[in-house]
Amino acid sequence: MTFYTLFRTGKMRLSELPRPSPERLLKQVQAEESKRWGAKLKIFLGYAPGVGKSYRMLDEARRRHERGEDVVVGAVQGQQSEEVQGLLRQLETIPPLQTSEGQGIDLDAILRRAPQVCVIDPLAAQNPPGCRHAHRWQDVQELLRNGISVLSSVNLLHVAEYKDKVQAITGKNTTETIPKSFLLAADDIVIVDVPPDLCLWRQGEKLTSTGISNSQERRLSELRELALLLTAEVVDAQLESYVHAHGIEPVFGTHERFLICITPNSDAPAMIESGARNKERFQGDLFAVYVCEPGRSKREGVAIRRYFAAAEKAGASTEVLESDDPISAIVNFAREKRITQIFIGNSAHNTWRDRLLGDPVLRLIRAAEGIDVRVFPH
Amino acid sequence: MPGSADTPRGSLKVYLGYAAGVGKTFQMLSDAHVAAERGIDVVVAYFEPHARPDTMGQAQRLELVPHRKIAYRGKTFQEMDTEAVLRRKPAIALVDELAHTNIPGSTRAKRWEDVQVLLDAGIEVWTTMNVQHIESLNDQIWQITGIQVRETVPDGIIRQAAEIVAVDVTPDALLNRLKRGAVYKPEMVEKALNGFFKGSNLGALRELTLRQAAHEVDLRQSAYDETRGFQVPRISEARPGAVPDNQPKERILIHITADPSTAMLIRRGRRVADYLRADCTALFVHQTPELPQLRAAEREAVEKHLRFARSLQIETRILVGIDIAKTVVEFARQNRVTQIFVAYPHPGFLERLRGKHFTEDIVRLAQDLQVTIVADRSRRQAP
Repeated sequence: MTFYTLFRTGKMRLSELPRPSPERLLKQVQAEESKRWGAKLKIFLGYAPGVGKSYRMLDEARRRHERGEDVVVGAVQGQQSEEVQGLLRQLETIPPLQTSEGQGIDLDAILRRAPQVCVIDPLAAQNPPGCRHAHRWQDVQELLRNGISVLSSVNLLHVAEYKDKVQAITGKNTTETIPKSFLLAADDIVIVDVPPDLCLWRQGEKLTSTGISNSQERRLSELRELALLLTAEVVDAQLESYVHAHGIEPVFGTHERFLICITPNSDAPAMIESGARNKERFQGDLFAVYVCEPGRSKREGVAIRRYFAAAEKAGASTEVLESDDPISAIVNFAREKRITQIFIGNSAHNTWRDRLLGDPVLRLIRAAEGIDVRVFPH
Repeated sequence: MPGSADTPRGSLKVYLGYAAGVGKTFQMLSDAHVAAERGIDVVVAYFEPHARPDTMGQAQRLELVPHRKIAYRGKTFQEMDTEAVLRRKPAIALVDELAHTNIPGSTRAKRWEDVQVLLDAGIEVWTTMNVQHIESLNDQIWQITGIQVRETVPDGIIRQAAEIVAVDVTPDALLNRLKRGAVYKPEMVEKALNGFFKGSNLGALRELTLRQAAHEVDLRQSAYDETRGFQVPRISEARPGAVPDNQPKERILIHITADPSTAMLIRRGRRVADYLRADCTALFVHQTPELPQLRAAEREAVEKHLRFARSLQIETRILVGIDIAKTVVEFARQNRVTQIFVAYPHPGFLERLRGKHFTEDIVRLAQDLQVTIVADRSRRQAP
C-alpha cells in the first residue's frame, strides 16, 4: 500500500510514516541469524559471462585459505578457464551430489565438514529433483544459518528484476533467477567490472581497440551500466543500514535525491515532469510531499490527490506531512531522506501570512542549508 | 616531440577506485600482462616506488622506463621521465596516479599534463585515479567526508578517456588490507583511519565511484550511438515509469560573481549540465562601464572564476548592467535559458544595507524561469 492510498483512505498517521522496507527487515533477520555465527554472504556480480567473476571469487578463496581460514569449494561452474582450474587445484573440493537427473550440492557433506567458508558458484542455479531445496540460493541460506560463510557469484541476467532488460538487449533468456532482495540482503557485494572488449576477448573474440568499437560491445556496455547502478544501489542500502546501526547523521550527496513540494497553487505537473526527467538522467530517487496545515480548505484535497497520483506514476514516493510550519516540515523531511535538491513553486500570490513572515520560497532557501533549492515558475 | 597531424592521438584508459588500496594499480598491471603476453609493446612509465609487495611483483615482470630523480629541498623525488617515454615510444604506457602534482621545477605542473604529451605523441596511456580527485565532485566529496581535496583532475581529461574501469572491493576487505599494513606504512594507518577510511566514508565514496563509472559508461554509449546511428534498448526505455525524451534541450546559465562560492556553483552547474545533456553558459555582470574599473581583488576573483569556467568547457559572457539581477534575468530570457544557477552567499555589506539579498532579487524577477539556488556544500551539519 502506498502512502498515497493510506492518505486517501484516511488510514495515514504520522507515527506510521517511517516503515522499514522488506529488504531492511530481511537484512535485519539475516543479520541477527548470522550474527551468532559470524557467517557472511559475499556475492561477486558480473554483467555478462567472461568478466572474470569466478576467478575473482576463487582468488579470494585462495587468499583466505592461505591466511589460515578453512575454505572448501561446494560447487563450481561447468566451464572453467585454465586460470580458474589452477586456483581450484589449490582448494579442497566437496564432490557434488549425483542424482539420476543431474548434479546438486551435497549439503549434508558440507554441513558435516563444517568449514568456515564455502564457495557456491553460480548462485542462481536450480537443483535437480531429489535435492533438499529447489533453488541453490536456499542451500546458501541453510549454510549461512549453520554458521558457514559463503562466496558466490551471479550474472545480471540471473537477477529476476533484470532478466527482461537483459533479454531485451542480448536476446538471452534464462529460467534460473534469484530475487534482487537477495542481493540487497547479502553482507557484501562486489562488482567485477571489465571493459566489454576484454570480456568478449575472454570469450574467444578478437581483441579490439580501447573503448566501444562495435555493436556487440555497445550492447554489453548497456548491461555494464545496469550492473554498476545495481551495485551502487546495494552499496547505498548498506550505507543506510550502517547509518541506522551507528546512529550517525545520514550521508548526503552520494547520489541525487529530488523532493517536489506540492501545493494546490503551484505548477505541480511541470515540477513532476522535470522531477521524472532528473530522476532518470541522474539515476536518482524522487519524492513528493504535501504539507497539510491544520484548518486549510478541504477543497485543496482533490488537486493534491491528482498530483500525488501523477507523482507516483513518475516514480516518486509520496508523503503527506502534517504541520503548521511547512518550511520546517519540508526541511526536516529533506534531511531525513538525504535530499540533494528541493523543487518548489515560485509564489506569485502572497497571503497576509507570507507578508508577515516573508516569502515562503525565500524562507525555504535560507533554511535549506546544504541542499539545492530549485524554484519553478508559477 | 609534438604530435603531428598524421599521428592519431593515443587513447586513454582510467582505472577508477574509491580509495588507496582498492587494487587499481594491481588491476592495471594484470591487464598489462595480458596485453604483453599477446605481443603488445607495454612499458611502465610511472609506478609508485613504495607499492605493495604483490603489486611490485606484478610490475617487475614488465619493462620499466627509469624514473627521473629530482632533488628538492634536500630530498630526492621520483617523477615520470616523460621525454624518455617519448623516446622509447611504446604502444601502451602505464602511468600510475593521474592526479599527482609534480615536484616544483618539473617541466609540467601536473602528471595529467605529462599524460597529454604522451597521448599527443600517439601513445596509448593506462592510468589510475580515485574518485575524490574528479574536479566536479570536489564539493560533494567535501560534504560527504569533510575533507577538501586539493589535487584535482579536470573533468575534461576524464571525458577524453576511451574507457573507464571501476575497480571495486568491499570496505571490509579494504580495511583488512589497511590493518595488515598492505596499503600504507604503519605510521600512516592511524591517520587514514581518521580520514577517508573513517566510518561511512568508504561506503559513500564507493557508491559515488560506481555511479560515476555508470555515468561515464553512459556518456560513451551516447557518443557511440551519435557517430554510428546505433540503437539498442536504452535503460531509460526499459525502465518502468520512464519519460519519453521529447523535451527541448535544457540551457543552464551560471551567474558568476567575485564571491568564493562561485567555484562550487560552476562545478555544480557543469555536473548538472553533463547529466541533463544541457548547454551551459556562465555570465558575469558588472556595474562599472569597464572591467578594469573594478577593485583589483574583485577583478582578480572574477577573472579566476571565468578562467575556471572556461577550463570546464563553459562558454563565458560579460555584460554591463546597473541592475545586476535584472540584467541576468533579461539575458536568460533572450537566450532561452531554462535554468539559472545562483549561489546564496552570506549577505554582504550592501545586502545588509538594502535589507534584501541579491539572489532573492533574481528569484523574484525570474517568475517565468527556473532558478536553482546551489547550496554551499562545505557547510556541513555537526557530525
